[in-house]
Amino acid sequence: MTELTSPAPSPTDAAPARNIGFYAAWGFFILAVVVLPLIFRSGGSHTTFSLIGIAAIFALSYNILLGQTGLLSFGHAVYYGLGGFLAVHGMNAIAAHGLPVPLPFVPLIGGFAGLVFAIVIGWVSTQRAGTVFAMISLGIGELVASSSLILRSFFGGEAGITTNRTDLPAVFGWNFGPQIQVYYLIGFWLIVSAIAMYALTRTPLGRMCNAVRDNPERVQFIGYDPHVVRYLAFCFAGFFAGIAGALAAINFEIANAAYLGAVQSGVVLFATFIGGVGYFFGPILGAVVVTMLQLELSDVTTVWQLYFGIIFIGIVMFAPGGLASLLMMHRPLVRAGTLPMVLPAYLIAIVPTLLFACGVILTIEVLAAYSQGNADSSTIRLLRIPFEAANPMTWLAAAVLTVGGFLVARMTWRGVAAAWDRAMSVARERGYHA
Amino acid sequence: MLELIVISTLNGVLFGMLLFLLSSGLTVIFSMMGVLNFAHASFYMLGAFFGYQLTRWIGFWPALVIAPLLVASIGMAVERYGLRQTHKHGHVAELLLTFGLAFAIEQVVQMIWGKLPMDYRVPALLDFPAFTIFSTNYPAYKMFMLLVSVVIFIALLVVLKRTRVGLIVQAALTHPNMVAHLGHNVGRVFMLVFGVGTALAAIAGVIAGPALVTQSDMAALLGPILFVVIVVGGLGSLPGAFFASLLIGLVQTFAVSMNGSLASLFGPLDPGIGPSLLTDVWNVTIAQIAPILPYVLLVLVLIVRPMGLMGTRET
Repeated sequence: MTELTSPAPSPTDAAPARNIGFYAAWGFFILAVVVLPLIFRSGGSHTTFSLIGIAAIFALSYNILLGQTGLLSFGHAVYYGLGGFLAVHGMNAIAAHGLPVPLPFVPLIGGFAGLVFAIVIGWVSTQRAGTVFAMISLGIGELVASSSLILRSFFGGEAGITTNRTDLPAVFGWNFGPQIQVYYLIGFWLIVSAIAMYALTRTPLGRMCNAVRDNPERVQFIGYDPHVVRYLAFCFAGFFAGIAGALAAINFEIANAAYLGAVQSGVVLFATFIGGVGYFFGPILGAVVVTMLQLELSDVTTVWQLYFGIIFIGIVMFAPGGLASLLMMHRPLVRAGTLPMVLPAYLIAIVPTLLFACGVILTIEVLAAYSQGNADSSTIRLLRIPFEAANPMTWLAAAVLTVGGFLVARMTWRGVAAAWDRAMSVARERGYHA
Repeated sequence: MLELIVISTLNGVLFGMLLFLLSSGLTVIFSMMGVLNFAHASFYMLGAFFGYQLTRWIGFWPALVIAPLLVASIGMAVERYGLRQTHKHGHVAELLLTFGLAFAIEQVVQMIWGKLPMDYRVPALLDFPAFTIFSTNYPAYKMFMLLVSVVIFIALLVVLKRTRVGLIVQAALTHPNMVAHLGHNVGRVFMLVFGVGTALAAIAGVIAGPALVTQSDMAALLGPILFVVIVVGGLGSLPGAFFASLLIGLVQTFAVSMNGSLASLFGPLDPGIGPSLLTDVWNVTIAQIAPILPYVLLVLVLIVRPMGLMGTRET
C-alpha cells in the first residue's frame, strides 16, 4: 500500500502561497457543484450530476478505508444499502405520522444507520487488516445481501421498498419534486461530506489511520491499538456511506437489494481505485469518470462492462495510483516549467496508442457481434467510420491495428520515459521534487 | 429419513470434494505467493465452458484433459505477465488485479456464450443410474465425479508428500525466502503452482459442468464460498481446507434438503401480529437460509477462532 500513496505533506510546511492554492481548489470545487447544473440545463444532465454526486460521496467514504487506512473492502455497499433502506423507512414514517422533519435531514438517518451497522459489524471485521479483512468484508457483504432477500418485511424482497420524497414537509417552498432541487440537496451534502472527510484526514485520528496503513507494528510500539484505529476509520466510512445511500434512496425513491449487493461494492471499488487512492480528490475524479462511463458506454456498446474491466486492470497494472496520481505526477514539471520537454513525446506516443486502442475495440466488437449471432447484419461504428463485422477486411484492420499499434506504441513509450527522465532531472536541478 | 441422510451425505461429500479441488489450489497459491486469487472461481467457470465447448467439438473425454491444460496455460500467463508485473505494487494491487480479472472473465464468458445456462450433458457412457438406495436412483456420473476428485486428492497428497517438487512447495509454503536463498527458482515454482492450481479448478469445472449449471454467473456464486472455505479451514492450511470443504459441502447439502422452520417446530405465530421481521424469521425454512449458512459459519469462526479450524499463522 505504501507505494500507492503519496507521502503526506507535514502540516507545518503550509506556506501562504500554498494556502491560496488550497482554498482556490476548494472554491473551484464548490463553484463547480453550484454552477454546473445552471450551465447544463437539460433534465438528463441534472440526473447525471445527481448520480455523480452520490457516487462521489460513496467513493470518498470508501477511500477512508482503502486510501487512508489501507483496508481493502469488498462489502462497502452494505452500509450504503442499509443507509438507503433506513432512509426510505424513515421517509415513509415521517410522511405517515406527519413529523416535522424536512427532506434535507433524511441523509442523516442513513448516515446514522450506516454508523450503527459499522459499529456492530466493524469490531469483528477490523481485527486484522489486509487480505483477511478483504475476505471478511466479502463474506459479510454476501451475508447481508442474501439476508435481505429473506427478511422481506423490512427489505421488500426483490421488488424493494418505495417512497415518495414529496410527501415530506417542504422547506422554503422546495418540495424536492424536480430533479434540480434533488440535485442541490445532493450537492449540499456532497460539499458538507467532502469538507468533513477532508477535515477527518487532518485530525490526529486521520494521521493515525495513515500510520496504521503504513506500519501497524510501529503504531503498536508507540502505544496505539491498530485495531481501534481501523475500527474508528471503519465507523466513519460507514457513516458517510450511509449518507450516500440515503441520497440514492431520495434520488430514486426506492431502495432494493441491489443497493447492498456485490455489484455495488465492486463499482465503488472501481471508482475509487480508477480515480486514485493516494489523493483526496482522487475518488471524486473516479466517481465522475466511472459514472460517465456507465452512462455513456452502455449506450454505445453492449459489452461496455468488459471495457470497464479492461480499464480497471490497466490502471491496476500500469498506474496503481489511479488517474489522480497520473495528473499529480506532472506537478513538479509544471512548477519547474519543464512540461514542454515531455509534450512532444506525448504527442508522438498518443497516435499509436490510440490506434492500438482502436484495434482492441474493433476486435472485441467483432467477437461480440459473432457471439451474439448477428455478425452478418451488424455494423460497428468506430470514430464515425462504419466497419462490417462479417467483412474479412475488418478483421484484418483489427489485427493490424492491435499488433502493429502495440509494437509501435511500445517504442514510443520508451521515448516518453526518456523525455520524462530528462524533464524530471531538470526540474530537480531547479529545486522541484516529486 | 434414513434415505435423506444417505443421499445427502453422498451429495454433500461430493460437493465438498469439488470445493476441495478448488480450495486446495487457492490455499497453496495463497500460502506461497500471498495472493488471494479472486479469479480462482473464474478459472473454474472457464473450465466448465471450455469443457462444454470441447465436448461439443471433440467429445467429453478429450475435453476432460484438454480444457484444464488450456485453462492452466491461461493461468500461467496471468501469473507471468500479470501478477509478477504487479507484485512490486504490493499485495493489495495483486488482489485487485485478480478482482479485475474475475470481472473481465465473467464479461468475456457472457459475451461469447451469453447469459443463459448451457446444454452441457452428462456423457452417454456414464448416463445411467449407478445404484438404487431406497427407491432413489443415484446417477453414475456423480460417482464418477467423486472418483475423479478422490483420485486427484490422493495424487496431490502423493506429489506433495513424496516428491521433490512437493518438498519445495511445502517448504515454500512456510519459508518462501529460505527456499529462494537455497537457489530454487521461486518464480518458476510460483508459475507452476499457479498453473496446477488453475488446472485443478478447471477439472472441477469440467466435471461439475454437466451436474451443476454451466452459466456465466457460476463463478460469482461459488467464489465467495471458496473464500469462506479457506478462512474457516485456516489460511494456508491444506488439511484445514479439506475439512472445511467437506464441512461446508455437507452443511449446504443437508440444509437444502430440510424444510423445517421455527413455525413448524413451535407452531405458527398468531396471525394478528401481521408481517414483521419476526414473522419473516419465524417462517423461513432451513432450505431457504442454506445460501447464507457458509457466511454465518464464517462470522462464527472469526469470532470464536480467528485463525480458522486448523490454521496456525496470523496473516
